[in-house]
Amino acid sequence: MSAIGSVAGSTRSAGIAARRADFPALQQQVHGKPLAYLDSAASAQRPQAVIDAMVAHERRNHANVHRGVHRLSQRSTDAYEGAREKVRRYINASGSDEIIFTRGTTESINLVASSFGGMRLGPGDEVLVTWMEHHSNIVPWQMICEQTGARLVAAPITDIGELDMEAFHRLLCDRTRVVASVHVSNALGTINPVREIIEAAHGVGAAVLLDGAQATPHMRIDVQALDCDFYAFSGHKAFGPTGIGVLYGKRALLDAMPPYQGGGEMIRTVTFEKTTYNTLPCKYEAGTQNITGAVGLGAAMDYLSGIDFAELARHEADLLDYATERLMELPGIRLIGTAAAKASVISFTLGDIHAHDLGTIVDMEGVAIRTGHHCAMPVMERFGVPATARASFALYSDRSDVDQLVTGLNRAAELFL
Amino acid sequence: MNDLQELYREVILDHNRRPRNFGELENADRVVEGVNPLCGDRMKLFVNLDGELVRDIRFTGAGCAISVASSSLMTERAKGNSVGELRSLFDQVHEMLTGDGTGTGLDLEEMDKLAALSGVRAYPTRVKCATLAWHALIGAISGSQDRISTE
Repeated sequence: MSAIGSVAGSTRSAGIAARRADFPALQQQVHGKPLAYLDSAASAQRPQAVIDAMVAHERRNHANVHRGVHRLSQRSTDAYEGAREKVRRYINASGSDEIIFTRGTTESINLVASSFGGMRLGPGDEVLVTWMEHHSNIVPWQMICEQTGARLVAAPITDIGELDMEAFHRLLCDRTRVVASVHVSNALGTINPVREIIEAAHGVGAAVLLDGAQATPHMRIDVQALDCDFYAFSGHKAFGPTGIGVLYGKRALLDAMPPYQGGGEMIRTVTFEKTTYNTLPCKYEAGTQNITGAVGLGAAMDYLSGIDFAELARHEADLLDYATERLMELPGIRLIGTAAAKASVISFTLGDIHAHDLGTIVDMEGVAIRTGHHCAMPVMERFGVPATARASFALYSDRSDVDQLVTGLNRAAELFL
Repeated sequence: MNDLQELYREVILDHNRRPRNFGELENADRVVEGVNPLCGDRMKLFVNLDGELVRDIRFTGAGCAISVASSSLMTERAKGNSVGELRSLFDQVHEMLTGDGTGTGLDLEEMDKLAALSGVRAYPTRVKCATLAWHALIGAISGSQDRISTE
């Protein structure tokens, strides 16, 4: 059964359908079954173009950046800075000096919490997050709050997994210095009303950091239109490699903040008495960076730039509808997170079968899903479940993946229920 | 379906559905909490000792089928055994779940029902689900820890 042949009746056009062939990892069998990779929210697969760009860089252009006068160093610098410009263009930042390369979303948030939080927070101040944050957008703020005497406040979510905006507006106050919110929830799929959040936060003078790890693979991001102060995302969830990510920050803020780490590259002059710091973006990139990772991320930005996002949105909405419909046929199914605005992520439980048993059983059907607390323990607590199974879709997913998942879940039900 | 049946044998499914010795033990001599932070498996083990003998043993908690069945099978086997016997049984179970099969001293016949857990060995990500209860047992009979973590 070909990927395309199996989606008869889908509204999907050939544009997106053809994309599946770009991903070599998807062309394999697992336990004798075609791989149905439904764990893209944990880490997406990479298209051949990204793999090729990284291999080409490794084979021919690798050298350290920003220092040597030799040819390879120049090529490597061009590739590294070229990748930065691709990221800038992709998220529409006003300048490439507002794009800081990090190891990923987690490091981006830690940078802001430590550097901006350390500068701005004091006793009596508040950091407002939401109940649907990934641990990486909770813990760094907890740490800086402990150091500064500020308080961490969490805005609740509703029974369907939407941010309770009434409560959010109530909790936002003149003590709020930072609002740190996930753009798209990894555990629930909820797409947050980030424009409303940003506008309200700015109304009380608070800065806004958006955790965009789950948003970037699904939607076009325009940081200027959003007017967010910081935007963090990871390469590997957006079809790039691991170990590379991005922090976008408004220039005025990045200029005002102290450096995050000290070392080479981030300095202008060093004496034992005093060090002067480099300008943006190098001020925040101490030490030799993940150059090949940046090149891969740049290639991923190129790849995503070739995607028709309106078509992608239709494709993913169709898949989400189809998957929801098929899963609801299963006796004992419970969907966790049914927000009106939702990305193509489905968290669920099946009867009282533990998520890990589900994960193992569907794996035997060639289906890769994530099981556990999804690094969002407060969400699990909110819904009274220790863990969920999560199927997450990307541009290369199709209805045959859903069918395989349902087959696997039926197996689990036969065995356990 | 054969591979799945190798892991989820009838004994495992049965002990998951109807865990033996499930519930709290009042006035327990030893109480140990076991957690598997990666999975979120959580169990509490209650043990009453009579000298060197495990007089009574019960558990509570929530987890996957492997972890619940393993806890249930463990309590069933541990009751009435001596601390010394259980230490050597722990080594055997550990060898069965994690060893490469070349280890000496592993007698599946002696393992009896516990042999049902041996299918776990082919699933490295699930081994900790099966060992949690046994680590909790060692913690309880040693009296050294009141909290066990697989990580």
